[in-house]
Amino acid sequence: MVKDIATARNDFPILSQQINGQPLTYLDNAATTQKPRSVIDALTHYYEFDNANIHRGVYTLAERATEQYEQVRQQVADFIHADRDEIVFTRGTTTSLNWIALGFGAQVLQPGDDIIITVMEHHSNLVPWQQVALQTGANLRYVELTADGELDLAQYRQLLSKKTKIVAFTHVSNVLGTINPVQLMTQLAHEVGAYVVVDGAQAVGHFPVDMTSLDCDFYAFSGHKVYGPTGVGVLYGKREWLKKMNPVEFGGEMINLVQREITDFKAAPEKFEAGTMPIAQVIGLGAALTYIQKIGWSTIETQERRVTAAAYQLLKEIPGVEIYGPEMGPHRSALVTFNLKGVHPHDLATVLDTQGVAVRAGHHCAQPLMQTLGVSATTRASFGLYNQLSDVKRLAAAVRAAKEFFQV
Amino acid sequence: MNLGHLSDLYRQLILDHAQHPHHRGQLATANQTVNLNNPTCGDVIELSVELKNDRVADIAFNGDGCSISQASASMMTDLVKGQPIAQVRAEIATFLEMLMNDPEVEGADELGDAAILATVVKFPARIKCATLAWKALEQALGEAQQHE
Ligand SMILES: Cc1ncc(COP(=O)(O)O)c(C=O)c1O
Repeated sequence: MVKDIATARNDFPILSQQINGQPLTYLDNAATTQKPRSVIDALTHYYEFDNANIHRGVYTLAERATEQYEQVRQQVADFIHADRDEIVFTRGTTTSLNWIALGFGAQVLQPGDDIIITVMEHHSNLVPWQQVALQTGANLRYVELTADGELDLAQYRQLLSKKTKIVAFTHVSNVLGTINPVQLMTQLAHEVGAYVVVDGAQAVGHFPVDMTSLDCDFYAFSGHKVYGPTGVGVLYGKREWLKKMNPVEFGGEMINLVQREITDFKAAPEKFEAGTMPIAQVIGLGAALTYIQKIGWSTIETQERRVTAAAYQLLKEIPGVEIYGPEMGPHRSALVTFNLKGVHPHDLATVLDTQGVAVRAGHHCAQPLMQTLGVSATTRASFGLYNQLSDVKRLAAAVRAAKEFFQV
Repeated sequence: MNLGHLSDLYRQLILDHAQHPHHRGQLATANQTVNLNNPTCGDVIELSVELKNDRVADIAFNGDGCSISQASASMMTDLVKGQPIAQVRAEIATFLEMLMNDPEVEGADELGDAAILATVVKFPARIKCATLAWKALEQALGEAQQHE
């Protein structure tokens, strides 16, 4: 049954509080989302009733914890249309991308090969490739932006060549909000024989993602950005590539047999999950995905589009506001990044905070993009399924108040 | 909309310094330069200092940042220009103590306009903005010492 979106806010205990005497208007969902009661309860329930280390004990409790953990693996697989052995649990998007770069990238890259990334990457899908390029002697190439804040696909086509081994890009930009054409870009990369790595941190949770139709080789996302706990992330890899990929961490649980000189590793996904995993967090992630499905995609997408469109419009109407990224439309996801002329983003964010409005100000871990945009910092309002038009109105009113306060 | 609380942070004196910062630019005569950034927000400061006869003979700053970081740099340069290095070191210590531990630290009233930045303590997220320039100067003096 589809839940009424107007009451979804009540599912998130943290949102009922006041900040600086004002109702909390949480607009930093791209950094991390809040957690519904059902996720918090799943964590508590696990620790109160089911806590044991997985894959180890023969006793009932360990069996139960293991079963729940593995059920979530299946649930994640179903959620993104993959198979259970293509789902590796990690600490987050950053860990997933590092493992792909170090465990797979470093293996397939030869000196003189090309790695293509884009100027809109978050540092976590940029620095690992930069480092692997330095290690292997590969060259790092950047896809640039068009004037309207989308990837320059014509230039991307020109960059692609027989030398291209890896193409890594974000599904949704955490600064511009741009939704990139993953399917098309993947197809073009595959035509030249390159592997495709997609950073899904800002996509999952906002709209359905389907590995069978996107056809990328690797995909990464974080639990804490999809209403789940921190400390857990997902690395999806096509079965044959996970087989080929090397583990980056070694230790207990990922082995079949250890001898003094050599070790035989388990098969994927277990060979990547060394040591005690974030078990409670994985179970919490399962509860988060269940929550998303209970609300339903069409409800989430409709609400986020309404709220984003309203924010775009209300901010645009304020003289001196400059908005970055694509026009409001099918290529923009649930965030609006902007600047108010004459007011530094930190000062703006401080004013908004006094009104209970939480936004992000800074470089958003995307310094090369900031340089491309010619700014040192920006302010970002990013939305989740519980945001409403009233939140956006508070945001716009607070920006107008800041404008008045600083007399710009 | 009640913005009363905000005037604690953005006192007129701070806004004046932020809008018309003193000693902005680069010194041709500099013998110490420090580039410092605040990695969490991207604020940057380029401080150039001319040290002569154990004094901060001249000082200037460039960079990009919020009004608190700009005002703080402007106030700091006003204060230290022409002062003996030993005194500047003590003032840096006092300022950092004032922002990071004790807004009523002894000697705060000798920091000139910068004394007013004690109000930033009420906005913990902004303390790093206020301390950036002072840390850059601390580093410049530290480097100068190493070269002695
Ligand atoms: C596009 C993008 N990629 C990667 C990350 C990193 O995610 P995490 O910090 O959860 O590893 C983020 C988070 O801000 C992001 O927005």
